[in-house]
Amino acid sequence: MEKTRYELNKELAQMLKGGVIMDVTTPRQAEIAQEAGACAVMALERIPADIRAAGGVSRMSDPQMIKGIQEAVSIPVMAKCRIGHFAEAQILEAIEIDYIDESEVLSPADDVYHIDKTKFKVPFVCGARDLGEALRRIAEGASMIRTKGEPGTGDIIQAVRHMRAMNAEIRRIQNLREDELFEAAKQLQVPLSLLRDVYENGRLPVVNFAAGGVATPADAALLMQLGAEGVFVGSGIFKSGNPEKRAAAIVKAVANYTDAKQIAELSAGLGEAMVGINESEITLLMAQRGK
Amino acid sequence: MNIGILALQGAFAEHGAMLDRLGTDHFEIRQTRDLERPFDALILPGGESTVMGKLLHDLGLFQPLLQRIKNGMPVFGTCAGLILLAREVEGGTPCFGVMDICVKRNAYGRQLGSFYTEAEFCGLGSVPMPFIRAPYIRSVGPKARALAETDGHIAAAQQDKMLVTAFHPELTDNPAIHRYFLECVKKAG
Repeated sequence: MEKTRYELNKELAQMLKGGVIMDVTTPRQAEIAQEAGACAVMALERIPADIRAAGGVSRMSDPQMIKGIQEAVSIPVMAKCRIGHFAEAQILEAIEIDYIDESEVLSPADDVYHIDKTKFKVPFVCGARDLGEALRRIAEGASMIRTKGEPGTGDIIQAVRHMRAMNAEIRRIQNLREDELFEAAKQLQVPLSLLRDVYENGRLPVVNFAAGGVATPADAALLMQLGAEGVFVGSGIFKSGNPEKRAAAIVKAVANYTDAKQIAELSAGLGEAMVGINESEITLLMAQRGK
Repeated sequence: MNIGILALQGAFAEHGAMLDRLGTDHFEIRQTRDLERPFDALILPGGESTVMGKLLHDLGLFQPLLQRIKNGMPVFGTCAGLILLAREVEGGTPCFGVMDICVKRNAYGRQLGSFYTEAEFCGLGSVPMPFIRAPYIRSVGPKARALAETDGHIAAAQQDKMLVTAFHPELTDNPAIHRYFLECVKKAG
């Protein structure tokens, strides 16, 4: 992977900033998402809420289904592969996916190694709960980071926890003396060069989105105000009463995330939100997959 | 001089950083209230043109901005911003439709088709050009003129005070094209 390819991949994530990436399972849903203002779609066979309900092993989606979605929309199309499953990633690259999500939402294929993402030309987004995870994924070649949240629950608590943890650690690193960075890199188990980048710039070296449990315009606004540069919405849209309206409202809330008056109007009469499950009610914490 | 940057979605902060380097004031336009501030020129950034087109209409920004552009306010569009200004969009609907160019969206294919090059830009010499899922300009009408080409496709054009690039000068460390735009704004003022 030459440097310029990685730069171009980080730059595509920059183009997605301030936008909403929506999970879709059919070409029709992809069209609805695009018309509602999604800046990209995530193509998958089952949305996280259904993956959670169905149980069993969850894998990369059928390439034919992904191609159908690629043909339906002009915005970037992303798809998920299992953590460590580089053969699934190779297949997604072969069908020219715009972004691969090496995702804890699917069943992990490897409980030690993540994919060596530097071997790919297509970009990867990876989940991270804190600064250490984020910089390890970036060292492996990820060109975009998202919080892990807790997919398919409609419960925002984990996404909030991860976003706060990430930004608190970045602030802590910025306040270190320069000669303390070596020990900090050792403790975080991350390359010194990436930690130095964080120290100098006060942010991750790549774009950072929020993901997991976003169900309302207020959820999206909360995470944007906590420092997210954009938002993934999974089950929250197509598990709700009025997907078109809710999707458009979340897009507008992200564009004007500090304007409470406007978000109040957007939040009115959206129909039923996804029912959701509280974090404490679930037995499988997907966010703990892949450290 | 104060520049309004459309900040509904995409890489608007990068344009702001470039203007900071050039010592030019700027602010973000996210809703109609932001238009109450006086400004001398407009930047339409890269991002997804479908998202920006929809939000321009939904948030009531389309008509007031169109009016300003038609009244001669200088405007600089990069990538998605170029698409928003074009009179004709192959396989899509025009947004402002004020510039005499025909564009092809996602003209180089998906992300694997994104590329970086350096090429001549009229009067500025060779400049760095990152193309991210970029469009190209299929043709320019009699009112517009091409300013740069790559691989036989038009990558930048100008019509009076409207400047567009299919690539992203805001992602490079070369401020030449932003400086060129600011000079156009000064002449207009």
